[in-house]
Amino acid sequence: MSKRIAITGNEAVAEAMRQINPDVVAAYPITPQTEIVQFFADFVSDGKVDTEFVTVESEHSAMSATVGASAAGARAMTATSSQGLALMWEVLYIAAGLRLPIVAPVVNRALSAPINIHCDHSDTMGARDSGWIQIYSEDAQEAYDNLIQAMRIAEHPDVLLPTMVTMDGFIVSHGMGNAELLPDDVVKKFVREYEPEHYLLDVENPITVGALDFSDWYFEHRRQMVDAHTNVKDVVLQVAKEFKEISGREYKLFDSYKLDDAEVAIVVINSAAGTAKTVVDKLREKGLKVGLLKIRLFRPFPYEEIAEALSDKKAIAVLDRADSLSLMGGPLYIDLRAAMYDSPGPRVKMVNYIYGLGGRDLNMDQIAGVYDDLMKIAETGEVTEPITYLGVRE
Amino acid sequence: MAELLEIRWHGRGGQGAKTAAILLGEAVSASGKYIQAFPEYGPERMGAPVLAFNRISDEPIRLHCQVANPEMVVVLDETLLGKADVTAGVPDDGLYIINTNKSPEEMREQLGLTGGKVYTLDAMQISMETIGRPIPNTPMMGALIRTTGLLSIDEFIANSRDRLEAKFRPDIVEKNIQAIERAYQEVQGEE
Repeated sequence: MSKRIAITGNEAVAEAMRQINPDVVAAYPITPQTEIVQFFADFVSDGKVDTEFVTVESEHSAMSATVGASAAGARAMTATSSQGLALMWEVLYIAAGLRLPIVAPVVNRALSAPINIHCDHSDTMGARDSGWIQIYSEDAQEAYDNLIQAMRIAEHPDVLLPTMVTMDGFIVSHGMGNAELLPDDVVKKFVREYEPEHYLLDVENPITVGALDFSDWYFEHRRQMVDAHTNVKDVVLQVAKEFKEISGREYKLFDSYKLDDAEVAIVVINSAAGTAKTVVDKLREKGLKVGLLKIRLFRPFPYEEIAEALSDKKAIAVLDRADSLSLMGGPLYIDLRAAMYDSPGPRVKMVNYIYGLGGRDLNMDQIAGVYDDLMKIAETGEVTEPITYLGVRE
Repeated sequence: MAELLEIRWHGRGGQGAKTAAILLGEAVSASGKYIQAFPEYGPERMGAPVLAFNRISDEPIRLHCQVANPEMVVVLDETLLGKADVTAGVPDDGLYIINTNKSPEEMREQLGLTGGKVYTLDAMQISMETIGRPIPNTPMMGALIRTTGLLSIDEFIANSRDRLEAKFRPDIVEKNIQAIERAYQEVQGEE
């Protein structure tokens, strides 16, 4: 079995990219993702990968070059964060619409203004309707494991969709923790040689990519993208099963922590789930029936499975590290409420906590406070404040 | 050791607080413990007060919040005392290691501490005499290993040597190892 080492999220992700050894990487540095590109550039110049590394003048060009390389038939990757993802916007949609299986780590960071370099999820939440698959990661281990699995998910013939794998800026990207990396040959075998079925440089079988597609066929092509997303869940589970065989680590559509017999639960994404699990352990020692559901696959949203896992709870708190500014709460809360609408049984009470914007810390006392609120709601059946801004100075 | 040991490093930009936290994390991890090491990220300015943190445990560490109540504080620069709040959030039985040529008793009085333990080390002198430059972070690791007993000094040095060799020339590695060994011997506790 592989050895546990001390490693940062950025190092772990760069190592995964080295082991994947993509044909092309086109990337532009942005804090807190910079190190991924920097480490990978070292691998290129040290001859540890066969990758064609394209230095570009912006993230818009990074994604454009990645799209071009992928359309040509290459296994192409990039990496970004925050403003960089924002600048990729129009090309994100193109990558998805062209059904190019690009895989990109994205390090979650707040969007300007005000200028801020720290963690929140506004960047990837804004890209949630772009057609990319989104997989979220609690720590460096998950970011590494998810990136390797993402190759197989994105490139699966039933899927062929670009996939972003996220982790929290600084907290995970720069924080050193422990992870087990797989041997190079095991990863190489797992991700396989990339053999696209249709690609531009296949001169024997010429195709057109990115053609004009008016009211005659555009709708059908977008509908096919929905079909591809419908297939994602099964592929994610199949890839996770195979990944467990090489790693011993188990992944599902989402992570349930002490959830089965819980009366109240928190739903949360990324690194805050780790802190919340520690709180769950402490409250369980006091005999309180609390649990947690951590989102892994966010796009497509496995709403039926999530609703089923939560339908017997008395109260649920959804923790969002981004706001939708719809005044209906954060993006995860809005999706969760919609998912719960058709769940069987009495309506589950739900509340939303927006936390951690721009890197504001979320500590154990605050999370324990959320569970405390949930138990009161469970007892009284009354929600007095549906949306709370946790840890903000009023 | 405690279920979870949390350490806060106080230094000034350029003194190696972050590097110390990372080297300590790597060396302790190599012995099979679980670790975290991370700095507080802000504007990076040479000489400005900076913080770095470690968490160390025999069990996997899931926490991703800031370290608010460290059981242990390491101060790389004596001139931070009275400016940075080095006692903030530290429990009454907290442990302090301070880079100074003063005695632990003097430091206790200066910090107004009634409980806990105070250790001092003249890390500047050790670093000048071994490395030849004022870099207090490696000697302070030697003092930390002595006062916490996290690892044996031999194991710590063997693990640190691997990490230092990845970063420095052989002669610089030896000088840093010497600094750690001297600090291990010379750290002062209270009578």
